[in-house]
Amino acid sequence: MPLYDQEALDAAQAQRARWEHDELSATTSKLPTFRDQFRTISGIPVEPIYTPADNPALSYEEDLGNPGQYPFTRGVYPTMYRGRQWSRRQIAGFGTASSTNARFKFLMENGQTGLSTDFDHPTLTGYDSLHPLSEGEVGRLGVAIDTLPDMADLFDGIPLDKVSISLTVNHPAIVLLAFLLEHAKDQGVGWDRLRGTVQNDSLKESFGQKTFAVPPRGGFRLTMDLVEYCTEHVPAWNTISISGYHTREAGSDAIQELAFTMAQGMAYIEGGLRRGMSVDTFAPRLSFFFGVHMDFFEEIAKLRAARRLWARIVKERYGATNPRALLCRFHSQTLGSTLVRNGMLNNIVRGTSQALAAVLGGTQSLHVSGYDEAHDIPSEDAMRMSLTTQRILGSETGVPDTADPLGGSFFVEKLTSEIEERAMEYINKIDAMGNGSMLDGMFAAIDSGYIEKEIADASYDYQRRIENKDYLVLGLNVPIADATLPPKLYEHDDEEEERQKERLADVVRKRDPLITAGALDALREGTAGDANLMPLVLDAARSHATEGEIMGVFREIFGEHQDPGIF
Amino acid sequence: MDDARPIKVLLAKLGLDGHDRGVKVVARALQDAGMEVVYMGMRVTPETVADRAQEEAADVIGISLLSGAHKKLMQAMVKATEEREIRDETLILVGGTIPEGDEEELAAMGIDGVFPVGSSLADIENFIREHRKPRA
Repeated sequence: MPLYDQEALDAAQAQRARWEHDELSATTSKLPTFRDQFRTISGIPVEPIYTPADNPALSYEEDLGNPGQYPFTRGVYPTMYRGRQWSRRQIAGFGTASSTNARFKFLMENGQTGLSTDFDHPTLTGYDSLHPLSEGEVGRLGVAIDTLPDMADLFDGIPLDKVSISLTVNHPAIVLLAFLLEHAKDQGVGWDRLRGTVQNDSLKESFGQKTFAVPPRGGFRLTMDLVEYCTEHVPAWNTISISGYHTREAGSDAIQELAFTMAQGMAYIEGGLRRGMSVDTFAPRLSFFFGVHMDFFEEIAKLRAARRLWARIVKERYGATNPRALLCRFHSQTLGSTLVRNGMLNNIVRGTSQALAAVLGGTQSLHVSGYDEAHDIPSEDAMRMSLTTQRILGSETGVPDTADPLGGSFFVEKLTSEIEERAMEYINKIDAMGNGSMLDGMFAAIDSGYIEKEIADASYDYQRRIENKDYLVLGLNVPIADATLPPKLYEHDDEEEERQKERLADVVRKRDPLITAGALDALREGTAGDANLMPLVLDAARSHATEGEIMGVFREIFGEHQDPGIF
Repeated sequence: MDDARPIKVLLAKLGLDGHDRGVKVVARALQDAGMEVVYMGMRVTPETVADRAQEEAADVIGISLLSGAHKKLMQAMVKATEEREIRDETLILVGGTIPEGDEEELAAMGIDGVFPVGSSLADIENFIREHRKPRA
């Protein structure tokens, strides 16, 4: 049943027309608006006001529901933040495992409630610290993890059954998770007690984050092997964090971010179905990850639309009956690309606004990017500020006290529907590329460069708006007098790279070479066939095979991937 | 110097860094500005870039780095152009997350221009036009 009956809609429409004719035009004839057209950051036209007439077909039962009710537009849980606030999960990682372990403990002392690990580029792309390509990048933008003993150092003194852990890694996710599972075994923590997430979103590596280690189809197999294995053996673990964040950072707009993320999720579901898995068993462990940009209402609408779209797709297209399979639970991160170098402390305000949008959008966990990240990876001071931002929003503003407080806003509801429709257009296009299979469609869209090209177009448009001052950003295209004192930035210790290289050499020296070689041979054979690779990777991890060696086997069999250089 | 010939720009990302939003926007903008742009993509080595620059007689090598490895990699980039004796005719630029303190050091090693995050496209274009090196 529509929220507004025809009589109410007609009245609202008539009143708006009268207002436009009388009040609005009388004012604008004397005082024109400072711009002819207003639009969101993603280019959606914005009207001067919104009324019920903008949402003529909106049905409370079908389109909104209460929190915890289909289609979950208003939130995934009935209590939302009254029961438990979002997890304050600031990602961290630099240098060696022990340096990052110290940062983890610092964050936990300052109000962090879940851990998230950022790996360095060599780890993300499947190369050891001693590989020539890794030179200069070991431990630079994340922590270097080469072997199982590194993972043990990373979580030293951290109770794995009490703190939820996120491993932000994709093609090598199967290796890093194997290290963690073996470490848990050594700690006597049963795998059924582990809670956490591994990003494991191989598809977006081709167009979003681009830290691919192998070609798309090989990466997809690794993703699905992990999903299949963990659904049975690590039941509380979130097996994929289907990510839009990196797509947004790569320059997409909000609609593309949502559309491609949903498309990735659909491809993973179809991957599971092709293996004979039931959507009701593995879909409940799929989670999501979105970026939050500066356009406040557009971001809130995007997050609301994400929940509704996912629930509808999983129910209607894939026939899920388990209500938990329908939930789009997500982590949010304020976008690093919105940070401005000049006037660095102004970024605290940007982070606060984006964090507020994430909370109003119903996020399950949150990372607020550090105010200093246009210069380098964040300092301790910046991370404390990010946690403080979250704590103030959580305790002082009253915002978390009621679920989806913007639900029913004429503007936000209209924007939510608009974003959902525009995202569906992309999804349908990709579906058509796969002749009705989103899995085939995603590969086709990746192979042809379609997705990357769409993102590059949006990215260029946005930059042109900045250049043309059509969108104003203080300190970027609006000059500011920067009187702020330079805060203390992160200081990278160049010796960390050498320490990690020595440590890796030491682990390799001390292991039993025959056992390691045997484990890698078995892995090679399994990879050439169609075995689930997770048990073989666990054995290799136990034998102290390095991440680069294990990924090297995959590169041998799956081949290497070249960046097509699309712009 | 033949001014009629369009300026040829070779862009690339060195190392394992995957952040490519900025370099692609720069590629598009320089192309729209009438320059001839080749984007080699990610994960290329300084040697491959220098080889290509020599082959194509590129006027500009633009490197994008948000990995923090700019000092090591740009040093290697300069060396690779010197080895091929194209250093003097090539403008070498770097953009990305470059801490302010490192800009001087990069200049000292022979980098012609540093464009940190937030630089304007117009500034990059103008810089290239003004500083393009005469070819022998």
